[in-house]
Amino acid sequence: MGVFILRRVGVMLLTALCLTFVVFFMTNLYPNLEKLAKTQGNFRMSDEAVATWLERGGYLQSTPKKYLEWIGLAPSYRHVAEDGTVTGRCIQPGMTAEEAPRYCGILQGYWGYSTVFRDEVGNIIATRLGLTGYLMFWVMLIMVPSALILGVLAGMREGSAMDRSLSTVAITTTATPEYVSGVLFIAIFSSSAVGLKWFKGTATSAMENPNFENFTLPVLTIVLYGMGYIARMTRASMTEVMTAQYIRTARLKGVSFHNIVLKHALRNALIAPFTVIMLQFPWLLNGVVIVETLFNYKGFGWTLVQAAGNNDIELLLGVSVVSVLVVLITQLISDIGYVYLNPRIRIS
Amino acid sequence: MSKLADYDGPILEIDKLSISFFTRLREIPAVMDFSVTVQPGEAVGLVGESGCGKSTVALGVMQDLGKNGRVVSGSIRFKGRDLAEMTAEELRDIRGNEIAMIYQEPMASLNPAMKIGKQLMEVPMIHEGVGQKEAYARALEVVTDVRLPDPERMLNSYPHQLSGGQQQRIVIAMALMSKPSLLILDEPTTALDVTVEAAVVDLVKDLGKKYGTSMLFISHNLGLVLETCDRLCVMYSGEAVERGSIHDVFDEMQHPYTQALFRSIPLPGADKNARPLVAIPGNFPLPHERPPGCNFGPRCDYFEAGRCDVDQVIPMRPVPGNDRHETRCLRFEEIDWNAPLTLAEQKEKSAPGKVVLKMDNLKKYYEVAANALFGGGEKKVVKANETLSFEARESETLAIVGESGCGKSTFAKVLMGLETATEGEILLDGRNIEQTPIEARDTRTISDVQMVFQNPFDTLNPSMTVGRQIMRALEIFQVGNSEAERRQKMLELLDLVKLPRAFANRMPRQLSGGQKQRVGIARAFAGGARIVVADEPVSALDVSVQAAVTDLLMEIQRKEKTTLLFISHDLSIVRYLSDRVMVMYLGHVVELGDTEQVFSPPYHPYTEALLSAVPIADTSVEKEHIVLEGDIPSAMDPPPGCPFQTRCRWKSEVPGNLCEREVPPQRQLGKGHQIKCHLDDATLARMTPVIKTAAE
Amino acid sequence: MEPLGTFEITLRILYQLSPVWVTLVILFIFSIAFKRRLGLYGKLFDSPIGMIGFGMVMFWVFTGIYGAMDMIVTHDPLAQLSGMKNKAPGTPLRNPEEGSYPYYLLGGDNLARDVFSRLVKGAWVVVQIAPLATLFAFMVGITLGLPAGYYGGRLDVFLSFLANLILAFPVILLFYLLVTPEIVATGVPNYMAIVLFLFPIVFVTVLLNTRYYTRPKLRNPLLAGVLVIAFWLYLQTVSNGGYLVNTPTFSLWGLPRVLDFFDIPGGILVVFVSVVFVNSPTVFRIVRGLTMDIKTRDYVAAAQTRGEGPWYIMLWEILPNARGPLIVDFCLRIGYTTILLGTLGFFGLGLPPESPDWGSTINDGRKLLSVYLHPALAPAFALLTLVLGLNLLADGLREESLKD
Repeated sequence: MGVFILRRVGVMLLTALCLTFVVFFMTNLYPNLEKLAKTQGNFRMSDEAVATWLERGGYLQSTPKKYLEWIGLAPSYRHVAEDGTVTGRCIQPGMTAEEAPRYCGILQGYWGYSTVFRDEVGNIIATRLGLTGYLMFWVMLIMVPSALILGVLAGMREGSAMDRSLSTVAITTTATPEYVSGVLFIAIFSSSAVGLKWFKGTATSAMENPNFENFTLPVLTIVLYGMGYIARMTRASMTEVMTAQYIRTARLKGVSFHNIVLKHALRNALIAPFTVIMLQFPWLLNGVVIVETLFNYKGFGWTLVQAAGNNDIELLLGVSVVSVLVVLITQLISDIGYVYLNPRIRIS
Repeated sequence: MSKLADYDGPILEIDKLSISFFTRLREIPAVMDFSVTVQPGEAVGLVGESGCGKSTVALGVMQDLGKNGRVVSGSIRFKGRDLAEMTAEELRDIRGNEIAMIYQEPMASLNPAMKIGKQLMEVPMIHEGVGQKEAYARALEVVTDVRLPDPERMLNSYPHQLSGGQQQRIVIAMALMSKPSLLILDEPTTALDVTVEAAVVDLVKDLGKKYGTSMLFISHNLGLVLETCDRLCVMYSGEAVERGSIHDVFDEMQHPYTQALFRSIPLPGADKNARPLVAIPGNFPLPHERPPGCNFGPRCDYFEAGRCDVDQVIPMRPVPGNDRHETRCLRFEEIDWNAPLTLAEQKEKSAPGKVVLKMDNLKKYYEVAANALFGGGEKKVVKANETLSFEARESETLAIVGESGCGKSTFAKVLMGLETATEGEILLDGRNIEQTPIEARDTRTISDVQMVFQNPFDTLNPSMTVGRQIMRALEIFQVGNSEAERRQKMLELLDLVKLPRAFANRMPRQLSGGQKQRVGIARAFAGGARIVVADEPVSALDVSVQAAVTDLLMEIQRKEKTTLLFISHDLSIVRYLSDRVMVMYLGHVVELGDTEQVFSPPYHPYTEALLSAVPIADTSVEKEHIVLEGDIPSAMDPPPGCPFQTRCRWKSEVPGNLCEREVPPQRQLGKGHQIKCHLDDATLARMTPVIKTAAE
Repeated sequence: MEPLGTFEITLRILYQLSPVWVTLVILFIFSIAFKRRLGLYGKLFDSPIGMIGFGMVMFWVFTGIYGAMDMIVTHDPLAQLSGMKNKAPGTPLRNPEEGSYPYYLLGGDNLARDVFSRLVKGAWVVVQIAPLATLFAFMVGITLGLPAGYYGGRLDVFLSFLANLILAFPVILLFYLLVTPEIVATGVPNYMAIVLFLFPIVFVTVLLNTRYYTRPKLRNPLLAGVLVIAFWLYLQTVSNGGYLVNTPTFSLWGLPRVLDFFDIPGGILVVFVSVVFVNSPTVFRIVRGLTMDIKTRDYVAAAQTRGEGPWYIMLWEILPNARGPLIVDFCLRIGYTTILLGTLGFFGLGLPPESPDWGSTINDGRKLLSVYLHPALAPAFALLTLVLGLNLLADGLREESLKD
């Protein structure tokens, strides 16, 4: 087991390195840098001026070199101007070149500086991630149990009226992406045209003070799309288990129906959905971005859109690192959980 | 709940039972007018080919026919009470408590995520409301009863940690937990190896006696039924055709189907040349295409037009003079049941020609990761084949016998070129091919060595027509110069395997198992194969079809002078058709000789046990009773010394623990008979024949 | 003129869609009449769920096609008519020109364009891109998934790692990285198109070659013909205005402009390529799993023992027998692709801002959602029904294919 986890962590780190390199490469392509120079300097810079500006920031080094600097494995670039002043990534305002550390990358805890928010990337991400974490907490709290119950109830008796109706609900929700359901919810529950006005159509106020009125719709919107998928997986797994030979054995042993479901079927039926729930995370992230944009909730997803839309390279890199890590860690948990839940693999 | 009140009538009475399944298109009658009675302490066998409705009867008794199945008429009475009239509550009390069931697939019938102890303890806890402690004590007792080693550890393990034989014992233990009065066994040993099967059957018989349980034993294997049951009911196409005590049915059969069935299975006296098997002509009718009148009519030798095919229900009639012996034949009084079988043409025994294939000290080792999922550095070496040496001649049948893990499939792979040998030589016409993988072999070599596969439902590509598949083989083997020529050749191949030419345009799913197997044979012979490896070609087929397919193989072999390497675990069929036999165990050839030598003493101890384990459907045969302890060791982790030493009953005859230390040498016993055993000549000479015919 | 009532609006829309109804009725009558001879497609008409799903999907397909032929639309989807800004459904035009349709059936959007016509035109964007992109994703996934599952070993480890790499990438981030104008300017999408569009050619070539190499007389002309057509199509799609790649710093000559009959607009190409890119790893995983399962069958062993090449076995012995799950997944994946396209539109990525596709329309409409519902609701419902239809269709297919 230990070796297994170690190997997985190894693969995970390799994946993270590859992915962050890809993001680094894409964000550091010349047109992006040029745009960066122009937004930071001024928009009417000549090509030469752009080149000088980039040169000074160390942007014109080779990509692997820059990548290593960003990670914190290579000493950071320093530019010596003609008048002898030394500038560089590591040299914070009010620091001399001698005081400043040679390495300042992700590994040293320095994530860079956001050009849009005028703040340290680390700070921004920490705050935003907190907001999104709160949102996700509620999403998971509602989505997972309701999806599992829905799936188990539907899969318990395949083809029954309950199965048919619950499956239709599940299919409909998987066919409703967040930007559709969000729009529908806002239209129905908060627009003046319909006039119900039960909830608020924006969640901006929920950042300071989340309450039932301003937080329900965003949570519900994410829950709805993810729930259908998990419910269908659970149903499929449940129906498969319910036709298994050992369920027949249990039935012919005289076990009552609800004990068959609870004691014999459930554990076997939940193995598959567990992995699905964990692998849902990349998707949930998607939903989070849409919902945060739609409801103007300034969390992690909203930050991603701002960073990407405004060519905020360091912030975008930071956001990528975090989201890639989140995805990979959930995959790792999913792998370990699968092994744990499935005695056939655990003890062999 | 306590058991039903004391009751001394028959345990189970099934009376004129009819069960149908309902699909969107039609009603499919699965069981019709079926009656059987099980007395206390009696074991009744239910025999028939697949699709005859025997398992449906079992599920009917359990009242578990699923959504589409329904009892249409008739009644099932258990201890005098009609099961159909019971409430769900009452049924639940009876299931597992009074009636228990044992299934074919032990692995599938145990919950993979629940410890065995818990699964066992559940039974008394539900039915008798006993506490954890007592339930545990009971489970421990029963597990000891089914002769499992280390019962406490067993109770604390998950099903996948046990071997197939152990799992089946657990299933039996589970069925016996509440001492039921009726035990239904649905092909309980089909998934097990022969030697393991023998031990399980032995156990079931003993426990049945010990607990005084009545049994309904469902099987397709007549030999097994003979060994376990007191009475027998033969089923054909949804109906019981003959019913009576084992001796009456086996020795004085009164139904043409029963007779045909016995003539199509290889009994010790049968011989491919002198007394060939008689296959039942035609095919098993599909449930919605049954003929009018007698279901067996169209395939029956005694069929009388105008009488047997009148659309009426033929009743069961008692056979005078016998106890409760009944048959569903209109003509049974007129038929001379003792008339000698008009022998099908006797065939010349073809003389073996020159040596075509020679194996010399062939070895195949695999390296596998010790732990598949978690990887890890250590590798284990699996010795799939150890020093295999033999010769095969033209038009000779060499049987390769062994149970799972004996390395026979690996050997086939190496011969075919799907794997290359680790060491040793394979000579085909004097050329070495052991290191030539299939991609590097020339067309001639490839088409010379072909294979017939085991599972008929898997042997043909489901999405290509039969004709296309054969023509593809012809294309690959470069037979014929044009599409038209190949088409002609394909039709001739269909003729060769006795299939109608119209089958060329059919999809495989429209064919029955036997027909698919014939197509597989046609495909193997497409390039004029000279060596054919037949990997259990008939084991998945029904008894009556087996004979026909076996015959076909023999006939083609005779015609084409093919060398047939016949891989099988079934010694009856091996004895019937092979010229020479090679017995394998855990990668070693333990015995090799011609059929006569292998089937008579002196034996290798494993051969001896194997012979004893195979059930024989002949009341006049007496077998020595040898039950092997334990399971076949894993090939990943073979025992030291002689591979068979863990289960050998002769081990004590060899002094000084030699068996545990050294792999025995290959010993010549004269005339090409060789065995791999430490036993000295004197002990070998003491061995007596395992199978004795009473008449002798 | 008076605004139309709800009933009249419905009636007029139904009438406007009449070519779609006629085609649908004809299609259903023929399909049901011959359902026993149509294989899996015919069996679909045994399942009510499948039929409903199929009907919903085909409704949008026909709407898209007829819309593209300017049959259903009432107005130019880009025309902004004065006084029609955010007007409610059924509002009459202020001063209709001669011969033009006198109403905005589903009202006007915030730029005073006809919502109904934009809806119909938007269907065409989806119907065009989603199935084709899914098809390409399948080609890529199949061409890589088969060998990964069949050979296993290092190849499998490597390809699976790559697939997991893409799968671990949050989709939105990937889109933001791929579909921004700066990236387009570097030509990255063009390079990706050049690689991705090669897969179908490889696929078809290998498919035909393995099948017919034993009959060179048939194979040679067949393969030559197919290859010429395939390469021509390939160059048509990847070559734009005479260049394969055309960036300020680097250009690659492509098909001369004279021979290039159609150009794919840059925005569409980028969207197309990224959607294929995102979808193929999942297809790869499915195909790989199915291959690993099917390769243990005896008919595969039989093919091996008669000396068939690995690609014949993969493409002709394994792939046809994996078709059931793949067809089901294909339907589901078109729905998924539709959602992805909507997501792209929603973030204003790739497609031009005035594009009538549903995602962009929803994005435009949501800003005034609390006051004017119709501009966002109409495309939202459209997208919902199409994806729902595809899901139901997949469900019906799955159910029917299991009944064999």
